[in-house]
Amino acid sequence: MPEYKLKINGEVRKVNVHQDMPLLWVLRDSLGLIGSKYGCGIGLCGACTVHVDGLATRSCMLPVADMVDAEIKTIEGLANGTVLHPVQKAWVEKDVAQCGYCQAGQIMSAVALLEDNPNPSEKDIDLAMEGNYCRCGTYNRIREAIQIAAAEIMSSETLDITAVEYWEPGRSIDE
Amino acid sequence: MNSQFVEEVAREIGNVQLSRRKLLCLGGIAGAGLVLAAASPSSLANELGTLVGSGELNAFVRLSSDGTITIYSARPDMGQGVKTSLPMIVAEEMGAKWSDVVVLQSGVGERYGPQWAGGSMSVASSYDYMREVGASAREMLISAASEFLELPRSQFSVSNSEVIHSSGKRLSFAELAARAARQAVPDPSSLTFKDKSDYTIIGTSISGVDNLEIVTGSALFGIDTHVPDMLYAAYYKCPAIGGKALEANLDDIKRLPGIVDAFIVKGDGNVRQLLSGVAVVGDSTWAVFEAEKKLKIKWDKANASRDSWTQLVQTAKKLSDSEGGSVIYRKGDVTKVFGDNANKVIEGSYSYSFVAHLCLEPMNCTASYRVGSRGEKDSIEIWVPTQSPSSIAPAIQQMYGVDEDQIVVNVTRVGGGFGRRFTSEFVFEAVEISKHMGCPIKLTWTREDDIQHDYFRAGGFQSLKGAVDKKGKLIAWDQHFIGMGNNGKPTSGSRFSRNEFPLLHLSNTRGTSTLIEIDTPCGPWRAPGANTHAFVVQSFIHELAHLSGRDHLEFLLEIFDQRSRKISGKGRSINNARATSVTKLVAEKAGWGRNFQNGRGLGLAFHYSHAGHIAEVAEVSVDAQKKITVHKVTVAVDVGPIINTSGALAQVEGSVMDGLSALIGQRITMEGGQIEQSNLHDYPVLRISAAPKVDVHFIESDNPSTGLGEPALPPLAPAVGNAIFAATGKRIRNMPLITEGYSI
Repeated sequence: MPEYKLKINGEVRKVNVHQDMPLLWVLRDSLGLIGSKYGCGIGLCGACTVHVDGLATRSCMLPVADMVDAEIKTIEGLANGTVLHPVQKAWVEKDVAQCGYCQAGQIMSAVALLEDNPNPSEKDIDLAMEGNYCRCGTYNRIREAIQIAAAEIMSSETLDITAVEYWEPGRSIDE
Repeated sequence: MNSQFVEEVAREIGNVQLSRRKLLCLGGIAGAGLVLAAASPSSLANELGTLVGSGELNAFVRLSSDGTITIYSARPDMGQGVKTSLPMIVAEEMGAKWSDVVVLQSGVGERYGPQWAGGSMSVASSYDYMREVGASAREMLISAASEFLELPRSQFSVSNSEVIHSSGKRLSFAELAARAARQAVPDPSSLTFKDKSDYTIIGTSISGVDNLEIVTGSALFGIDTHVPDMLYAAYYKCPAIGGKALEANLDDIKRLPGIVDAFIVKGDGNVRQLLSGVAVVGDSTWAVFEAEKKLKIKWDKANASRDSWTQLVQTAKKLSDSEGGSVIYRKGDVTKVFGDNANKVIEGSYSYSFVAHLCLEPMNCTASYRVGSRGEKDSIEIWVPTQSPSSIAPAIQQMYGVDEDQIVVNVTRVGGGFGRRFTSEFVFEAVEISKHMGCPIKLTWTREDDIQHDYFRAGGFQSLKGAVDKKGKLIAWDQHFIGMGNNGKPTSGSRFSRNEFPLLHLSNTRGTSTLIEIDTPCGPWRAPGANTHAFVVQSFIHELAHLSGRDHLEFLLEIFDQRSRKISGKGRSINNARATSVTKLVAEKAGWGRNFQNGRGLGLAFHYSHAGHIAEVAEVSVDAQKKITVHKVTVAVDVGPIINTSGALAQVEGSVMDGLSALIGQRITMEGGQIEQSNLHDYPVLRISAAPKVDVHFIESDNPSTGLGEPALPPLAPAVGNAIFAATGKRIRNMPLITEGYSI
């Protein structure tokens, strides 16, 4: 079987798997990254959502051979060290999960949405999240958590801008 | 790795009450000061007292010297939140600070009391037990403090993980841990409980104990199980349920990439245990799923199901024109009332389809069958997401002759239950495959296997006839239930009981039941029975209210008042006062009586089930293309005092979505015994854009707290159906609505 070098969560991981094996099963069975879930196998439930080059993508139908040059991010790579991503934090604060099985996929879709659109309307949220099925029906909390996370991201960016205001003329930006 | 990660993350986000949470391995705690404090229901007190002395890990509460309070959750958590709510009761009674608490899933054993999860029974049946567990731990801590300071027990109280002496001297649970373990377990009859007004944990909003693991992708569901030297397995059964595998292209399959073995399993013919099929074993889930698609199998269908939905509809049509089979309840004289020209009479025929559970985590089980060598006994270890942990070992023992004490069952987090995971055929299949292979295997069902071999919510048909008198009062009710049966008995969820509202409430009622024999397996599906009865009954009551020309709310409240016999609020049956309260409250909160134009309306429904009294109002629009928008659902709930507000709200919100999803589009049909649907492309489910706002109001009546996993679902369908009538004048009598041209 061919060897593939995959860029996952900032690390290069080598796997020897069949070329047709979808990324989902490489992650789960070969690499032990079990956060991404199998739900339908045909790209309709969203439980397997990961980021491929920054885009929310269903990993259950994505052959590993197509992933060679891609930057892959999974739920396991979302927190920055021990600091949760604002979306993860909002998910805990809003107590979004019921059974929790779909939530890794929901969170990955939500993060991709906010990277693309930092201030989404409810309609934007619905459009972006339509492909992520939640059997337990946590949709309203998902909407609220995304808005909370959006507000936090916006306010932290505002903070950065404030920091720039203290930048003194004549000083190098690199300092 | 995960535990350390989670611990570190927890520290970072201390502001969400998770700072002290740690994952602790059973027996993995080093150092002194371990405490094993235990309490139990009265019947187990003596046994547990002994076990505490011997130090076995069989208790619900454990303290460690670093201040961590470990509380074991004995019931599986499938999203209903008991892994958070039941330990909240324990923590409350023992005086623990919630941020010190770590909750772990317990093992399986008699000492934990009932461990199944379903029927909205976990809170109702464990509340008193959990209170005793907590109170007992508290008393042991007080005894330890009393012994240490040589002061009378009566001078101590407990709060915030500390035992406090009246002088102000405080001892932390951590300091008392070792000494508390040596105290005698109190007699349960001596225990006293906190006054509700002193509660600091019960009645608050607490984020689920597994949330940090869930959002970081480290929560372990059954499907995530990995054990050393494990292989992966798929199991394919006859599409016509119950067929036997005669021969298959096993040699071709074994040559496929990643496949280790493929073989026919004869099975025992029991649909709830081990049906015949073909097992495929390989080095990845994908390899065995792909191989399963390439199987060519010759089936013996002599004993397979031949059920046909088309045929069922035709049979039901004939039956509905005739008198009902068996009379389950009769009072007064409905025929006489219907024959009186002074009364107004209407009839209505209702139907509802079979429905699949579609737990998002498909059925799966990891099993390791170890053949004993040199005189050792055979042993089996199982890892499984299940609603019924205690039933597994005895059933496996019976089939394989392995001693029960050689069978270990590990309960994982459960990716949805809804009643599906009461049966354990995937456990039998996994054990069988592991035994054949001589190594551990993880069996995962494909989504297609999962839908086609479900235990379905039974479809059914009902014909009703009702009468209102000159004053517009409901005076007669005749209900013919046509349900599904197997071997002459109603299938699960297809029973018509005399307790079904409003049979006992009116003076002239008749309920009759006819069963159509089927082989398609049926099982409990969230609020079994209630999820279809509520639709039929509460829709037909609205039809009668409309016939009478009266307001639906007033008409419904009048029915509650008609029942003369008073029932104590403590019993598990409908209570008229509670029914009236929630119905009035929901009407008030939803702005009942508002008039709309342009295809918009309000619909009301009440239903009592699983000890919960719940009323709902749906606000719905329907456009010219029959596209439905459910704007908002207002819900009034009386299940007694709420333990975890966030969890309780979540169950109501989820029940509304689940009820709406089933009402709009979910439909299982079968022909030639084979289920016609197989995955989400032909089994539409509710997506986020169709999710209504849900506005929930609790009446925390002075009744025992009961469960909320199910009872908020049944009123949804009739509330929406009645709203569609209000909006359009078109009556909804058949579920799902897509069969009538509606969409959402």
